[in-house]
Order: sequence, then C-alpha cells, then structure tokens
Amino acid sequence: MSAARKGALGRAVRSKGVIFGAVVMLAMLFVALAAPLLGAVDPVRIDPGCRNRAPGVECMTRDASGARVAMVPLMGTDSLGRDVYSRVVYGARVSLLVGLAVAAISISIGLAIGLVAGYFRWLDAVVMRLMDGLMAIPGILLAIGLVAAWRSGLWGGIVFAVILAIVVPEIPRVVRLVRSVVLTIREEPYVEAAISVGTPTPLILIRHVLPNTIAPLIVQGTYICASAMLVEAILSFLGIGIPPQTPSWGNIMAEGRTLFRVAPHNILFPGIFLAATVLAVNVLGDGLRDTLDPRMSKRV
Amino acid sequence: MSAAPGPVLEIAGLAVGLPAGADRARAVDGVDLTVGAGEIVCLVGESGSGKSVIAHGVLGLLPRALTIQGGAIRLQGEDLTAASAERLRALRCTRMSMIFQEPMTALNPVMTCGRQIDEVLQEHTDLDQARRRAKILEIMAQVRLPDPQRMIDAYPHQLSGGQRQRIMIAMALILEPALLIADEPTTALDVTTQAQILALIRDLQRQRGTGVLFITHDFGVVAEIADRVAVLQHGRLVEVGPADRILGDPQHAYTRMLVAAVPAMEPRQRDAPRDALPVLRTQGLGKVYRSRGFLQPVRVVEAAADVTLAVRRGETLGIVGESGSGKSTVARCIARLIDPTAGTIHLDDDEIGRLGRFRLRPHRRRVQIVFQDPYRSLNPRRSVGASIVEGPMNYGVSRAEAQARARAIMETVKLDPAALDRYPHEFSGGQRQRICIARALAMEPELLIADEAVSALDVSVQAQVLDLLDQIRRRLDLAMLFITHDLRVAAQVCDRVAVMHRGRVVEEGPTTRIFSAPAHAYTRELLAAAPGRGYRFARG
Repeated sequence: MSAARKGALGRAVRSKGVIFGAVVMLAMLFVALAAPLLGAVDPVRIDPGCRNRAPGVECMTRDASGARVAMVPLMGTDSLGRDVYSRVVYGARVSLLVGLAVAAISISIGLAIGLVAGYFRWLDAVVMRLMDGLMAIPGILLAIGLVAAWRSGLWGGIVFAVILAIVVPEIPRVVRLVRSVVLTIREEPYVEAAISVGTPTPLILIRHVLPNTIAPLIVQGTYICASAMLVEAILSFLGIGIPPQTPSWGNIMAEGRTLFRVAPHNILFPGIFLAATVLAVNVLGDGLRDTLDPRMSKRV
Repeated sequence: MSAAPGPVLEIAGLAVGLPAGADRARAVDGVDLTVGAGEIVCLVGESGSGKSVIAHGVLGLLPRALTIQGGAIRLQGEDLTAASAERLRALRCTRMSMIFQEPMTALNPVMTCGRQIDEVLQEHTDLDQARRRAKILEIMAQVRLPDPQRMIDAYPHQLSGGQRQRIMIAMALILEPALLIADEPTTALDVTTQAQILALIRDLQRQRGTGVLFITHDFGVVAEIADRVAVLQHGRLVEVGPADRILGDPQHAYTRMLVAAVPAMEPRQRDAPRDALPVLRTQGLGKVYRSRGFLQPVRVVEAAADVTLAVRRGETLGIVGESGSGKSTVARCIARLIDPTAGTIHLDDDEIGRLGRFRLRPHRRRVQIVFQDPYRSLNPRRSVGASIVEGPMNYGVSRAEAQARARAIMETVKLDPAALDRYPHEFSGGQRQRICIARALAMEPELLIADEAVSALDVSVQAQVLDLLDQIRRRLDLAMLFITHDLRVAAQVCDRVAVMHRGRVVEEGPTTRIFSAPAHAYTRELLAAAPGRGYRFARG
C-alpha cells in the first residue's frame, strides 16, 4: 500500500504538469501571504496626484510622514491613484481564498450528497429534485440577496457571503457528476463482490466507490476554483461582490474597465495573474488526475 | 461473380509494428496467408495474438499507432499496402468487406437498417432510389430476415442480436465482394442463433464464391465452418493447413495444446454421487422486475420463476441456458445480491431468501460468487492482497491472520504469494480470475457460485481455471453452482445440469443423462446447436 502511494507520489513529482502547476500555485500563495514583504504599499491609499500613471512613469507622492517623495509605480496606478502592483499583490489573497474555498466547500458537500444519492436508489429521486431546484436559482440573484442580507462582520464578512453565493449553484453540478460516477461504479462486479464478502455499506462507499470519483472531481475542482475566481470578478464588477476598496483581481479589472483604452495596465496585470493562476490550477488538476491512477503506472 | 485467377487475398510476409513500450515489437510478423475464391480460412489464436490486426490491416483500418513495416497484402493481385486512402475506400464493400463482433455497436442506432444498407449503395453505385430499395429487399430476403418489407424501416434496437448480425451480413455482401472478413461474428450471439448465422455465412459464401477470412477463438466454430485453418501465436503463424488435419492431427506443439484444451462434448466420468445433505436448496425461487414510472403503466418482467434446485456438498450443479434465460438472476438471488420475489433459499437449515440486511450478514460468508469479467471483478485501485483480506477482516479476523490466510490461498490457486502487493492491472485475465477465486475462498464458503467464470478466458487458460475449480471443489468438499452458456464447459465440470429457458428450469438431471438422452425439446435444440458437436478434437 505504502509502496503504491510512494509510486503515485513519485509519478506526480515527475510529471511536468504537476510541477508547473504546483510551482505557480505556490508562488501565488507566497505572494498572497508575504504581500507586505514584497515592497507593496497600502493598496487602498488614494493619491489624487498620481492617477492613471503608466507603469514605470515617475510621480510625486507623500510618504507616511507626509514628506514628498518620488515613486515609480511598477504596474502603474489606477484612476484613484492607487498603486496597481500593491493591489494585485494584496488581491491575490481574496482571489485565492475565494477560489480555493469555493472549490473545497462545494466539492466536499457535493461529494457527500452525490455518494449517498447515487448509491441509495430510494434517496435518489428526492435528492436530485432538490438539486434541480437549487440549479433553478439564478446565481447572480442569489448573490445579490445574500450580500444584501449579510450583516457585515458576520463570519468573515462579505467575503464569506460571496463564497457562499458561488458555492450554492456549484453544489448541484458536483452532485450530478459524483452521482453519475457512483451509478456506474455501483454496478461493477467488484462492488458486488465486496457486498458478498460482507463489507458494510459505508465501507463500500469509502473503499470502492469514493476513489473512483476522485479523478473527475479533481478536474471539476480545478474548474470550479478557476471559475469561482472569475465569478468573484463578475460579482465585484456588478458591485455586489467584494467591496471596491478591498483589492481582488476581479475588482481591479472591473474598476479598470472604464479607462481600458487609456490605462490598459489596470486590466493587464491582474489579468495576467488571474490567467496564470487559472492555467496553473487546470494543469495541476490534469496532472494529478493522470498520476494518481494506479493504472497509469505502466504507461508513465 | 467470376473467380479471379489466383487467390482472392494473398498476404506475404506481413509485419505490423507496435508502438514502443508494448509487450513485443511487432503485432504480427512474417505472416503468409492466402484465401482462395469460395474458401473459408479460419484464423485462430488467443487474445492478443494479432488476429484482428491482420483483419484491420487488410481493410486499411489499422489505428495510426500500428504501422505496416513490411510485406504485402494483395487483393486479387492489387497491393493494398501501397493503395491510397481513396482507393481503399473504393475497394471496401465493393471487393472486400467486414462483419464485426458486436452487431449492436456496429450499427448506427439512430438510422433505420434499410438506410444503413442504402448508404453502401449510394456510395458505390449509380442506382436510383427504387432500384436500390429493390436490391436491399432482395439481399434482406437472402440473409433470411423475416418480413423484409417491415425490417427495412426498423431501427437496430427493434431487432434481435441475430437479426442485427444478418443486417451486417447483408450490408457486407450486397455488392458481392470477393473477400469477406468476419471478425468473431458469432461470439456475442447465443448458440442457437450462432448456428443459424454460421449456416447463413456458409450458404451465401458457397453461392457467391466469396473468399472468407473468418477470425475466431472458438474451435467449435472452426470445426463447423473452416476449409483451412491458420493458427496464430504471438503474431506469428505457427501452422496452416486443412481444417481436418489441424483439428484432428495438429503438428505444432502450440496447436496441439490449443486443440487439446477444447472441452469435449462428452461428459467427463464423475465420481458416483454421495448421499450428502444438500448445502443449498431453493424452492419455487422467482424474481419479477416491476418498473414503475411516473404516470406510466407498470411493466412486469419475470426474470426467473419457480426454480427449485439442490446442491450437495462436493457436488457441482451446472445451470445452462442462453442469454436472458434467467441463469444469472438465479445465481444473484442465491448470493442475495438481488432480492428474490418468490420462493425460499435454504443454506443447510437456514432460510436466507427473506432475511433483512443485518440478519443476512452472518450468512453472506457462506455463499461466494466468482463473476464473468476478470477485468471488472477487482477494484483497480486496491492491491490484490487488500481485496483478498477484505472479506475475512469484515468478519473479525485479524489483519495478520487474514494475510497469512491470503498467502496460503494464493498457493491454492497457484499464484505467487508475493503478488499480493501488486495491482490487478499487472495480471492477465486468467490470473485475475484466480485472484477472484482466491478472494471467494478466503471466506471459507460452503457454496461457491461461478457465474460464467471462464467465459471471458482463452481456451487454454479456461482449461486451467476449470481444472483449478474442480480441484478446489474436491479438496475443500465445496458445493458448487456453475453457471455457463457453454455446453462443452458444462460437460466437463458438472455432476448435474439444470437447463434454463425463459426463466424456468425445463430439465434437470445428471450431466451424462442430459447429454445422452435429453428429454425436453429445448435441451435437444441447444445440444444440436453446439458448434462442432460431432467433431472429435485431437487429444493431447
């Protein structure tokens, strides 16, 4: 067993996709956590004298003590004179948090519901109709409602409301995916064999059914993670997501949209970070799916 | 069709390369084979021997990873290895055509059968619609489809397996090709249907003088249909000759082994039955499926009805029948994988047919089942050892003890105990089936059910697994329920046989009596349809 695990891990480490994805993701995490150490200034500080500066163009501003100093914004400044570099670096926190949290929460809830709904036929009809109902709720409308109703400060404030608003419509999709896998796996002779050697049902689900759902779930998870970051950007753009002063990649882009032609850097830099992260998550997911399957061991 | 001078198909020194990392460098190597006009050449060999590669190579349908590295394939003198894709397309159906193993997947489910045959005519002829329709009706009558006027507008799912295969044959033969390649065309069919399809292929081929390259793994079929036989092993032809000689007096060691492994139709001499008490008794066992749809009428399917059987210790009871006869339903009811809707199941004195999940649990151990498909019977993500120790550990055996037991059982099924740490994909089909048997035996069952347990295996491997099962039965004094569609296999391993037809047991008795003096009409029909029944294969 441990030898096999080591094998899977070894294969994962040797896979180029996994290495690329993991390195980019770790770099992004590092950026998010170590933002103050990376030369970023206060991302919400407004400086009317330094608006819409292109990257690398010097402008005069005041430092914390009020003295006038020259600064060279690495990625330019936005329409309120905030430093885009600092905003992008701090924005990684919100974007990654939303992406990873949405993926983790919707996958775990969806997996549990899907396993049970797929395996126990009598539950299936009820659960799936509930999921259909959930799918019928427009995501944007739900977000508006949630954010409006949310008392800020409750459980991490508005960010949590946004996460919840993205999680709810994702759950039925995960449930459907898991259920469809379970429906085919439960008919496999090895599951019947497990029944006839007296394996209790919860163990059958965990040992024999669950592992088969992992590969599609990893892919689905990366997709959810990537799309959650994008949905968060959309919500922010509509003004119902993260409050505009809090930087998130979506927020920065949404704000830069109006002046896109004059100051493209407002969209370009957060866009690059977002695209790189989404790509890394997808590549990582594909790589993991391939390498975690023991059947792949001969081919690698 | 006038026969061309020389052979219809001539394969000379054919070599097809496999991609790097395969178990051998070439799928087929140095194959020389001819098919004459009006001749049926059977290409036999075990799975992976390269039979289908040859067939697909002739038609120019090889997957891109497989490349022809040498040799020539000549169809009526024209070298196909040099032909363009365009030319090959023009030749398919007009001068060479193919029928496939699985008639359901080879036909397009959303097109009527008539349209699918019509496609061939549209592509390769200039006939107008009325003439095409007339020609289709004519060929449908020739392949003995009942009521062609109705069948021409039927969709594939409305037809039986045999009828679908007739449509495939009609499609293949409508333009009177010189060469017909049949790739296991009857493997997916029941024996009675198989007998009809074989007769049909033979008749049409005789009338038209078609050369047939017939691929099969079944020596019964070979005996039934072949003029000449070519034996393929690991991509090389080991022996080619007239059917009578190959089957009756094979020269090459591999051919001798293959032919000797074909189970005989005559029942083997068994030990005299003992008067032991039955381990398993079913009384009036039945299973009815009811489909309830919202606002839909209830559909009732009677999968099994009034099945009364008994199996004693040390005895093998065979259940034979065609697909859909209910034999697997009975097996699955007895193993309680599905719930019977009528009747009783007794294990010794315990009635288990109606027990709920929790009260059934202690009895589950006593009945174990080995399934047909060795590739799906083992969880690909768990090591072989984990699969075998799972059962005993469910019943409170410690891990160490279960592992010790697993090692001992691996020796019983003649596998290396070191293999316990490996994963199913590292084993061949026969080895996996041994692992499944080991998993069942680890439970120390009283009744072992083998549900088509050797049907997916090559004939030589099949013989080994059958021997193994028989040895185990004798050594452990097991009661065994052996479910098979293959009468030859039943003749070899069963003490008694129950014949099932449409969910009911139509006849039951000692194997020798059933085979020598079948009482029921259906049993007689089944026995008469067994391919190569009158043939005496050379014994090794």
